Amino acid sequence: MTAVTAGTTGTTGTPGVSDAAVAATQAAYEAVFDAAVAADERIEPRDWMPEAYRASLVRQIAQHAHSEIIGMQPEANWITRAPSLRRKAILIAKVQDEAGHGLYLYSAAETLGTSRDELLDKLHAGRQKYSSIFNYPTLTWADVGAIGWLVDGAAITNQVPLCRCSYGPYARAMVRVCKEESFHQRQGYEALLALSNGTEAQHAMAQDAVDRWWWPSLMMFGPPDDESTHTAQAMAWKIKRHTNDELRQRFVDIAVPQAEALGLTLPDPDLRWNEERGHYDFGPIDWTEFWDVLKGNGPCNDQRLSQRRQAHEDGAWVREAAAAYAEKHTGKHGEAQA
Amino acid sequence: MSTPGTREATVPTAAALALGDDALILSHRLGEWAGSAPVLEEEVALANIALDLLGQARVLLSLAGDEDELAYLREERSFRNAQLVEQPNGDFAHTIARQLYFSTYQRLLYGQLATGDGPFAGLAAKAVKEIAYHQDHAEHWTLRLGDGTPESHERMQRACDALWRYTGELFQPVDGLDLDHAAMESAWLDSVTAVLDKATLTVPTGPRTGAWAAGAGRQGLHTESFGRMLAEMQHLHRSHPGATW
Repeated sequence: MTAVTAGTTGTTGTPGVSDAAVAATQAAYEAVFDAAVAADERIEPRDWMPEAYRASLVRQIAQHAHSEIIGMQPEANWITRAPSLRRKAILIAKVQDEAGHGLYLYSAAETLGTSRDELLDKLHAGRQKYSSIFNYPTLTWADVGAIGWLVDGAAITNQVPLCRCSYGPYARAMVRVCKEESFHQRQGYEALLALSNGTEAQHAMAQDAVDRWWWPSLMMFGPPDDESTHTAQAMAWKIKRHTNDELRQRFVDIAVPQAEALGLTLPDPDLRWNEERGHYDFGPIDWTEFWDVLKGNGPCNDQRLSQRRQAHEDGAWVREAAAAYAEKHTGKHGEAQA
Repeated sequence: MSTPGTREATVPTAAALALGDDALILSHRLGEWAGSAPVLEEEVALANIALDLLGQARVLLSLAGDEDELAYLREERSFRNAQLVEQPNGDFAHTIARQLYFSTYQRLLYGQLATGDGPFAGLAAKAVKEIAYHQDHAEHWTLRLGDGTPESHERMQRACDALWRYTGELFQPVDGLDLDHAAMESAWLDSVTAVLDKATLTVPTGPRTGAWAAGAGRQGLHTESFGRMLAEMQHLHRSHPGATW
């Protein structure tokens, strides 16, 4: 790594150093940073980085972490009703993995100088977002399969390029997350396949779930390129590698043959192969709904945030107890580790 | 419901059901925590314990018959779990007290089964390693809550007291388990007493068994919340008879 380490940047406000000298140093750091990004090198926590780059990463990684933990709710909704012990075990393992992904991602965000507590406070106050998809309700068991196939599928399409993101800790977290997500996606697909090939009622349940989750899954890639405020800068910094619309197209191209293999249809009359483009054309997305959900007016926004706040509030006395215990037993190592 | 007779010659069905139902029902209760734990690390830990227990349940129930038929198609009166494991989660202290009492029992039980050559020895040898973690987790939280803040101390004491009355049942004889229950009970009392002492908690003084509760769960006599729990657990499976998932 050739980028300048953060420890050498403490010139701002140093007595005896002129503003011009500070500006020159700043420009030199920026040049080194830009060169590192251009050369596809990884930026690491101690490297100098533009404040806007740092802020943008904190925003994105926090939103990603929040999505993992809010995303536990729609699936956890079915743990106690899973229809076989095998499916129940798979679902518990998946929800557990999501908590684990949240932990990796908060840790990655913390390397940028924030803290998990601070980020959670922002989530609870509604000042940081999570993925719009988790504001939709899981109404039947088939929704669990549809989430695995479509929602995790969309997440993977988004996240695989992030394994090459310019910020090292985020890229490394994504490698681990993507491995587990791919596993979940296959399990979701397999659960849906069992329903599709099952009784008439099960098949109908699967079709209904796909009908409800298809469009929200396409919305997971974010607004169209001409309305995406962060894309250009994120691509210049190599945080993002592809535009929203590129990734959305890639996802549609993968999902259509999978739907055919499942024996299920996708709820889009305009969906057809375009020989000329070598891609599937698809119908218009309801962006009014997208912005509405993003603004907090989706079917489950209040419920998701309330449950998260409630869990946090209900758990306050537990966290206080752990802190008080650790305080009392500081120095007695065996016990403090308890 | 009936259980297949073919295996009854080698596996004591009553014992497989008692142990399997304990694991199944406690796993279910822990699964109810998903998305509501006090810290993210506990989301992982509670789910992990739930999964371990569900794994044990699946092996045990499969020894007695078809795991899904047994889990989803029996009614309340046919379940053989101890009443302790069906107790609602309550606050985090109740969940931890229930886990402390049960893990301590289960580790002693599986420790004994693992050293024998009975039909459960293989399962017990594997499970006892998982249970050691569960017990460790429960003991450490008992210490943190008991010796944490005045509020956590009070909550933990209340939980230990409330669940105490369900602990005697764990040591009632079960058909097909040839164990020294009295010795296990005394080892359990020693172990739990040591942890509660260290956690600055008072060992509860109430009765641990009574005519009303002696081996009740093991005979299919359960507490009121259990039926509602089963209604939720079984609803979907029962709504689609004969379907595969």
